[in-house]
Amino acid sequence: MIVVELFFEFVLLSFVAFGGATALLPEMHRVVVENHHWLDETTFTHLYAIAQAAPGPNVLVVTLIGWKVAGLAGALAATLAMCLPMSVLIYLLIDRWEGFAGARWQRAISLGVAPLAVGLIFSGAMLIAQSAELGWAAWLLVAATVFANLHSKLHPLWFIGVGAALGLLGWV
Amino acid sequence: MLPFARRMLVEERQWMTAEEFNAQLGLCQFLPGPNVVNLAVLVGKRYCGLAGAIVAPIGLLAGPLVIVLLLAMLYDRYGSLLQVQGMLRGIAAVGCGLLFAMAWRMGMALKDKPIFLPFTALTVTAIAFMRWPMPLVMVAGLIVSGGIAYWRLGRK
Repeated sequence: MIVVELFFEFVLLSFVAFGGATALLPEMHRVVVENHHWLDETTFTHLYAIAQAAPGPNVLVVTLIGWKVAGLAGALAATLAMCLPMSVLIYLLIDRWEGFAGARWQRAISLGVAPLAVGLIFSGAMLIAQSAELGWAAWLLVAATVFANLHSKLHPLWFIGVGAALGLLGWV
Repeated sequence: MLPFARRMLVEERQWMTAEEFNAQLGLCQFLPGPNVVNLAVLVGKRYCGLAGAIVAPIGLLAGPLVIVLLLAMLYDRYGSLLQVQGMLRGIAAVGCGLLFAMAWRMGMALKDKPIFLPFTALTVTAIAFMRWPMPLVMVAGLIVSGGIAYWRLGRK
């Protein structure tokens, strides 16, 4: 059963999703495209783009992947697998965790995990660049986006709108 | 998403103060899993117990989930059109830029960069170039990087 397999793959991923769903992009790609061949490169890139443009939390890229792999059941299974395990753990452990606030081991984990999360998100960006097979015009757009995003307070939706328009015109 | 959650919780309903929001969000950002979902569980539990912890994340996800499924259906139907593919390529390029910018900003915010930035580089090497499985990389990385942090915290 592909839905069951999908569910358990994503449950495993949910426990290491430091940095949220964005940080999971490389691993989802590995599981879904490289290991199981459930999706091809182009579809994976497209789903990422749809999730970027859609309103709501970016975890919904998982829903789209589930949909493409196994329809509605897949979409629900993947979303649930991504959200449920940590939600239950947080519900059960939050009081105890807050009791340890400021403890040495707790600060050590949060210090130690941060550089790894940065690496995951950077890897995610590289992966999208790779699987989208960006040409020089697209790389220019990437660079412009990085610059503009770091140096202005424009809402990301503006960038997405510009990207969509340029793409529609066939410039990237 | 988060700015909207903040405006609703802190400014409009005044269910929590700005400091409380930041503390809870900090916790959610560092725990694995989708940040906003984790945050919804925390806020839900705090104000309405188990029922709140169940209802809050569902309420948060239901609307966007329906929209994304509609988009998925549109994609199934029109995804093969050249214009649609071009548009999605443009959005993917922008999304890629937004990710690089986010990684840059988070990297600059790291404490003790000379010690911890190498772990960022190692993670990128292991995940993006070596294509090693992420659960393995994260557990190994967390033991070493967290171990160093633990040792350094004890020295001060």
